[in-house]
Amino acid sequence: MVDLNVKIGQLELRNPVMTASGTVGYGLEFQDFVDLSRLGGIVVKGTTLKPREGNPYPRMAETASGMLNCVGLQNKGVDYFCEHIYPTVKDLQTNVVVNVSGSSIEDYVECARRIGELERIPAIELNISCPNVRQGGMAFGVTCEGAAAVTKAGRAAYGKTLIVKLSPNVTDIAEIARAVEAEGADAVSLINTLMGMAIDAERRRKVLSIGTGGLSGPAVKPVALRMVYQVAKAVGIPVVGLGGIMTATDAVEFLLAGASAVEIGTANFIDPSVTVKVVEGIEAYLERHGFSSVREIIGALED
Amino acid sequence: MKKYIIDLRVTGTERVGAQCVLLRMEPVEGALPEMAPGQFVQLRVDAQGVFLRRPISIHDVRGNEIDFLVQVVGEGTQWLASLTVGDTVNAVLPLGKGFSTHHPQPTTPLLVGGGVGVAPLLYLGRVLKEKGIRPTFLLGARTKDLLLRLDAFREVGEVLVTTEDGSMGEKGFVTQHSVFNSTTPSLIQCCGPTPMMKAVAKLARERGIDCEVSLENRMACGMGACLCCVTETTEGHKCVCTEGPVFDASELLMAKG
Repeated sequence: MVDLNVKIGQLELRNPVMTASGTVGYGLEFQDFVDLSRLGGIVVKGTTLKPREGNPYPRMAETASGMLNCVGLQNKGVDYFCEHIYPTVKDLQTNVVVNVSGSSIEDYVECARRIGELERIPAIELNISCPNVRQGGMAFGVTCEGAAAVTKAGRAAYGKTLIVKLSPNVTDIAEIARAVEAEGADAVSLINTLMGMAIDAERRRKVLSIGTGGLSGPAVKPVALRMVYQVAKAVGIPVVGLGGIMTATDAVEFLLAGASAVEIGTANFIDPSVTVKVVEGIEAYLERHGFSSVREIIGALED
Repeated sequence: MKKYIIDLRVTGTERVGAQCVLLRMEPVEGALPEMAPGQFVQLRVDAQGVFLRRPISIHDVRGNEIDFLVQVVGEGTQWLASLTVGDTVNAVLPLGKGFSTHHPQPTTPLLVGGGVGVAPLLYLGRVLKEKGIRPTFLLGARTKDLLLRLDAFREVGEVLVTTEDGSMGEKGFVTQHSVFNSTTPSLIQCCGPTPMMKAVAKLARERGIDCEVSLENRMACGMGACLCCVTETTEGHKCVCTEGPVFDASELLMAKG
């Protein structure tokens, strides 16, 4: 039996596999396919202080080995989450992490504070990297000053494990990670989607309602791996790696690049049972290579 | 309704018209789960350049066989259309909320379809017939050659036809058919191109007829997680994949204008 436990801040995960925000709803949607108690955790849909309708349809375009989305943080707001969703997810036998977003620092703070009052939510993922909202979101995540300011305020408002989700749409992601670490983040997760665009040549029109969207799926994996590698070298806090993971081998690559845990996102759309397969595949990899703990392969690239 | 991931094996294929293929499949193992008319499946496509599953409506279910009527519109549906007997396809099913089938008696539902949108109406008609309700189909197309599977529909209920060029049935759009002059259906259940569904919903509203329409917005997950396939409703954005694809037309903003 190999040891799959990892720790992210105060958050103890039974294995390093979590779901990425916005890809399994609140987990309940996937229970016919996944025994959630077999996952390290689930990161539920981005939550904001006030309800958000999100962007108009169309919000999605398929691309080579991936997809673009411009959902724009549609959610019913933190009050609805606390009153109606929390009671349905609080007894799930896994770590339920809430992704928190906002259009101002005050919004992030209040939303984080409200989630902090929920006993069974052990961590939040501060989303400073959504590319699909006009105000806030990625705007905070693309400068060191912005990232530091949100993290500082979030840290002051939230006492449990604080993960900050970083944007890849920057010149130097390691610099942003260091700024976030300096303000007290317990961990960083990366990458959020890469900003992209799709055009319908026949109709001579933009495909997505707002023109641009965030690219996810295997198409972004090499970029994500590179960024995880750079950030893991640059900071002392744990790194949660995500971006295009479809298989256990993909997940192992992120661990080797320095991630302490991974999130699986778009792959859930292709195979709704993929997360458990990745857990089993990581375990098989460790056994095959004679490791006794998954922690032995974190950042364990050979020269 | 519980959802499953299962492998389906192709047991038959048939070209239908110039652009469609009828795919008949059965589970590689075990029995098909219960499925409601108007629900859909997400089929895994193993073709170059195709990443996401393809949502395909349930055309018919008989015993342990499920039929899909697939119109070739891109690489994904081209791959599906090229399947041959014995090939297997991975499916997530059943998905979404279908047409209502619990009608108060006596009832005279009119099932209105156009283009490949006629697909879910066959299974709907079959289920209604099994409940002792004889459905009437009103099927429209630009021209005679684009009307799909009329014989299969005739086995299940009465079939009325309109074509825009008058090559078969009454000339004009479905909303101009004389059936609306002689009778008032208790319910219209509609699936077809957006302009047709808008026109049918408008007619239903003006005549005070309950109307259900089935949408086919572009989807990613098919399970209510990604929120990509939303439509605007009187209560804000709703996912077509889980709160539809069948909606009460009075709820949809697209059916109001």
